[in-house]
Order: sequence, then C-alpha cells, then structure tokens
Amino acid sequence: MQNYWKRNQQRLAPWIFLAPGMIMFALYVIFPIFQSVSLSFYEWDGLGAKTYVGTENYVELMDDDDFYTSLKNNVIWLVLYMLAIPGGLFVALFLNQTVRGIRIYKSLFFFPFVISQVVVGLVFSWFYDPSNGLLNIFLGLFGVEPVAVLADERYVTYGIIAAGLWPQTAYCMILYLTGLNAVDPEQIEAARLDNAKGVKLLWYVVLPQLKPATFIAVVVTIIGALRSFDLISIMTDGGPYGSSRVLAFYMYEQAFSEYGFRMGYGAAIAVVLFAIMMVYIAFFLFKMYRDEKGAH
Amino acid sequence: MFKRTKTLFAGLAASTMLTAAAFAGELIINTDTSDPAPKKAFEEVIAGFEKENPDIKVTWNLFDHEGYKTSIRNFLTADAPDLANWYAGNRMLPYVNAGLFEPVDDVWEENGLNEQLASAKGSMTIDGKIWGVPYTYYQWGVYYRKDLFEANNIAVPTNWDEFKAAGETLKAAGITPITIGTKYLWTAGGVFDYLNLRTNGYDFHMALTKGEVAWTDDRVRATMANWKELIDAGFFLENHAAFSWQEALAPMVQGEAAMYVMGNFAVAPLREAGLTDDQLGFFQFPMINPDVPMAEEAPTDTIHLTANGKNKENGKKFLAYLARADVQTQINETLGQLPINSGSSVGDDKFLQAGYEMLSNTDGGIAQFFDRDAPAEMAKAGMEGFQEFMVKPERLDAILERLEKLRQRMNK
Repeated sequence: MQNYWKRNQQRLAPWIFLAPGMIMFALYVIFPIFQSVSLSFYEWDGLGAKTYVGTENYVELMDDDDFYTSLKNNVIWLVLYMLAIPGGLFVALFLNQTVRGIRIYKSLFFFPFVISQVVVGLVFSWFYDPSNGLLNIFLGLFGVEPVAVLADERYVTYGIIAAGLWPQTAYCMILYLTGLNAVDPEQIEAARLDNAKGVKLLWYVVLPQLKPATFIAVVVTIIGALRSFDLISIMTDGGPYGSSRVLAFYMYEQAFSEYGFRMGYGAAIAVVLFAIMMVYIAFFLFKMYRDEKGAH
Repeated sequence: MFKRTKTLFAGLAASTMLTAAAFAGELIINTDTSDPAPKKAFEEVIAGFEKENPDIKVTWNLFDHEGYKTSIRNFLTADAPDLANWYAGNRMLPYVNAGLFEPVDDVWEENGLNEQLASAKGSMTIDGKIWGVPYTYYQWGVYYRKDLFEANNIAVPTNWDEFKAAGETLKAAGITPITIGTKYLWTAGGVFDYLNLRTNGYDFHMALTKGEVAWTDDRVRATMANWKELIDAGFFLENHAAFSWQEALAPMVQGEAAMYVMGNFAVAPLREAGLTDDQLGFFQFPMINPDVPMAEEAPTDTIHLTANGKNKENGKKFLAYLARADVQTQINETLGQLPINSGSSVGDDKFLQAGYEMLSNTDGGIAQFFDRDAPAEMAKAGMEGFQEFMVKPERLDAILERLEKLRQRMNK
C-alpha cells in the first residue's frame, strides 16, 4: 500500500485535489440533470406517488400555446439582449478619456449593475406605470396617449428587456473599459500615422484587440438573457395572461408556484430548455477547445 | 470511574423523564398568519388555550403568507406539526388525498360542532369525513363610494339593469364605474364567480369549477356575454392588467372610480387611505337572473390536524377550543372578520354587520372562491383566461376552448 502510493503519488495527486470539486459537480449538477430527464417521463404532484406516463408530457408540450409563447420570448430575449454589447462598447469608448472626475462618471454608469435586479424591476414598473409613470408623462408632452407597456401583450416583453438592458449595458461597459486599458497605444499611434481614424480605426485596429473582452461580453450577456426570471417575476409575474413568460419562468410556474406542482411537466420544460442551451454550450466548448489548441 | 457512571446514569434518567414530560404536554402549530391582525389574533388564541391547559406547551411557528403555500407541502411530509392552517374546499383536496390531513369527525361529534358550525360543514367535508375546523370567513361583494353615488343620484342597484344604468350614469360623470387590478389574476376570478353565480346559480358554478361541465357550454357563454356587456360599456378601470389589487384601490380613494368587487379585507386599506364610513359603503352583488337564488362568495380559513403529527390528543383539544363560540367571537374581533360558530357574536363594525346579515340570509349556497373551488391548475388557467377576456373580449372562443382542453386532460 505504502509502496503503491509512493510509486503513483505524482499521478494520483491531481485527482485527489480535483475530487471535491468533481464530486460536488456530479452531485449537484450532473446528477440532477439525469434526475430531471427521468422525472419528465412521470406525472407527479410532489406529494403522492409518481405515475409513469412515457412521453405524454412532451406530447402535451408540443400542443401547448403557452410553451410556444415562452419559447418565442426566450428567442427575443437572446437576440435583443445582445444590444447590450454595442451599447456597452459605445459607453466605454465615450468614457475612455482623461477628464477631471472621470472616475465618478464611470462609477455612475456602472451603478445600475450594482443594484439588485428586483430593484431594477420595481424602478422600471414605476417608470412604465400607465397613470403616473415618467414614460407616459413624457409621451403625454407630445400628445401621445398613455401606453400600458406592462399590460399590453405586444410591448410587455420588450419593456422588460429594456429594463434588463440597463444593468447589462453597464456590465458590458466595464468589460470593455478594462479591455481598452490593454489596447496597445503604439499600434494606435502607428495607425494614426497611416491616416486611419474614426470608424475605420475602431473597426480594424481597436476592435480586434478587444476580442477577448467581446467574447466574455457575449457569454455574460447570453447568461444574463437566460437569467431574466427575476425581472419577469417582479414586473409582470408572467402576465398579462402569460404573454411575457420565458421557458425558465414557465417551468417554475408549472412545477413550484402556488397553482403548479406538476413536477413531471415542469421537468419536461426544463429538459427542452436544457437541450436548446446544449447547442450554445457545445459551440462555446468547441470554440474554447479550438482557441486553446491554436495557442500551442 | 464508578462515580462517573452514576452521574451519567442519573443524567440519562433525568433526560428521559424530561422528554417524557415534554411529550405529554406539547403542541406544535404552523400558521401563515404573518399580517399584523391575524398574527395578533393567533397570539391571543394560543395564550387563552395555554391558560386553560397549563400542562400543554404550545410551540407556534409563524410563516410568511406567500412562502407558506409552498412550505406546507414540505413540512407536512418531512417534519409535520400537529396543526396547520389552510383553506376549505377543493384547496385542501391534495393533502386529504395524499393522506397528510386527518379527519376530525370525533371532535365535531363530541363538541356539538355539527350544529354550531353547520354553515361550513359542507366545505369541510370530503368523502363523507370532516377534515378540520373552520374559524373565520369574510364576505365578498361590491364596495362603493357612497358619496359619489349620492352626488350622481344613484340608488344602490339591486338588479342587473339598475347596475348597468348606475355604471352609465357614473361614466357620464367621468367616473370609472368599477376599479380592478388583475396583475395577479385572482381579482378577475372574483368577478367571474359573481357573474356566474348570478347567471347560472351555485350548483352550476360548483359543477363547473369541479370540472363536471364543459367550458364551452352555453351557460358559460351566457355568463361571459353578461361580462362582455360591462367590458364593452367600459365599466372596468383601464390598463387593469398593470395593477395589483392594492394599486387599484387608489382610483377609488381619489374618487376616480366608484365600485370595487372585493372581499372585506379591502375595507382596512381604504379606511387607512382616508375614506370615512360616510364615504364608503357595501352592497350585495346585484341579481342578474331572477330564477336563480342568490349565492355568495365567502372564503373560509381553517385549521387541520396533520396525519404525521405526534400530539394528536392535544391537537384535538386545541381544535375544540378554537371552535368554541366565545373563542371565535374574540378571534374574529381581532381579525375584523366573521365567526363561523352560530353562537358567536359579530363585531359592531358596519361592514361586518352588513356581511353577517347578507350571509345569514343566503339561501343559494356559499362558494369559497374560484381558486379554492377549482383545482389549482384549472384555477390558474381559468383566471388567466378571464384576464385575457377582459383585455381582448373577442378571443372568447379561443379562451373557452383552451380551458375545455385543459378540463378534458384533467378528467382523463
């Protein structure tokens, strides 16, 4: 035994150090994934006995209007949330100068990211309030009829996304600000000597150097778009009549909310969401793998 | 060595005795009465019970009102108290079916509750057994701005035509007839309940919420047609889907809206906002179909004996205490609600008296509320449908078909 350890110490040590993390990951991430998949083939109210129903939950899902509404909203969220990246870049370029008190301005721009999503949601619900909200008072100045953004199925998702973009833009801004610090001033100087300026300078000289920052910004923005749960819950509770739900929120409603407790159906929604995410995760892992390989 | 063993033994004996004693006189109660008035009411009840039963030590776990709805599922299965509060009607069915509540027919039998609590017996009975003790309820109806009605020469409407005429007069005076906030859906359920109870009566309403009648039935359409009359005439507050029920109180306080179809709990915030009893009134939801006996909505709050609790005898003692006439008088005085026990007296608040009188003369039946009478899933989909209907009445067919599809799946 002693000998075995001596002989293989070098080989075993990394695995021992990795073990706690791997065990946690397996127990709290990998195992629940399989558990959810298996649960999605059952009908279960969380209290009584589980009944095996085969693929019935999925069949029902395919015929569920609410599911398609949520799916559509998820896509809208993922696409429109990307606006935070150019928005953040623009603000970062604007703030990347040396004026008196610039640090204060930077902190002020970063401020929305620091406050809780719940507070952001509340602030924007008041902003959108049809009778006393700032938005409608402002629109009223131009003679526009009040718009109940959060009570209208046509605008509600966009209204919530706008609220989410406020902190997300600040996040992307801070990523780009740090990225801009790393931009090589000599290259800028060289480009200027070659008479490059404005958009061209930005596109061909600055942006390529910001590539790592952009990559991170895309990743956090996609994650942010999928974490839209808090905002939806606080601003509309999925309404009006379910038109602002996303898949994660629908899953929560079906499985855990006051009127829910359809664990099997909730699990089926989670599995579909997971499958969609797998596409993105696979792409992300593939890109990481390729970049790492390229570096060698 | 010897000495140590002896103390150890003595300690062991003492601790066993301690647990034995504790076992004899313990009672654990979980409630969701986290709002100030209900919290105080329970403090008083428990203090009163402990005074009469000095050998029983009550442990009371207070939960947040919203969180309780999910945590009750966990604690009933994993770490059951002896008693837990919940609601009557279909809302308790999942726990009865899962064997987590225990029937208390004997408590009712021994304490004469079958007579004293007769009015709530129906909503406490499932499969011929009684599953708890009701301790409070409150009326629903129309709360209105008396001064606005008087200023516009409107008498309290008692039938559908008068009701619509009153609304027209109010509209002409620039006042929204009915305020409502449907962001959290259930307020729309209250309006549907009353329209359906008045159009089709209690038995049909119960059959519908139980899932025995199709949602595409003509009688449901008749209810919705009545509702549509109000919507088309612009009776309801604009943009109601953006407001919670509390936010919808504001137009009424400011005099921009005149009526609110609500439960009695709306009185307290309206008074706090500055409305006096001269400005605020209550009337019974008007008659629509003269052939249908008037049924009312009066949700009942209850306490249940759990199946997995350890101190069943003490639990039953507490239930008997809570059912007593004098105790219910007191608890409802604090709550500002109505006692169930027929021997209790009702507080002399104007709205309580009005509600008591209305409910005592109700011969059409007493409904709990849409989300307590209908199974949870149906309740959610139904109330969502009502909200959609109030915004887009032209989608009625699609909404009813969706609800019917759900009903058929649930009945499978």
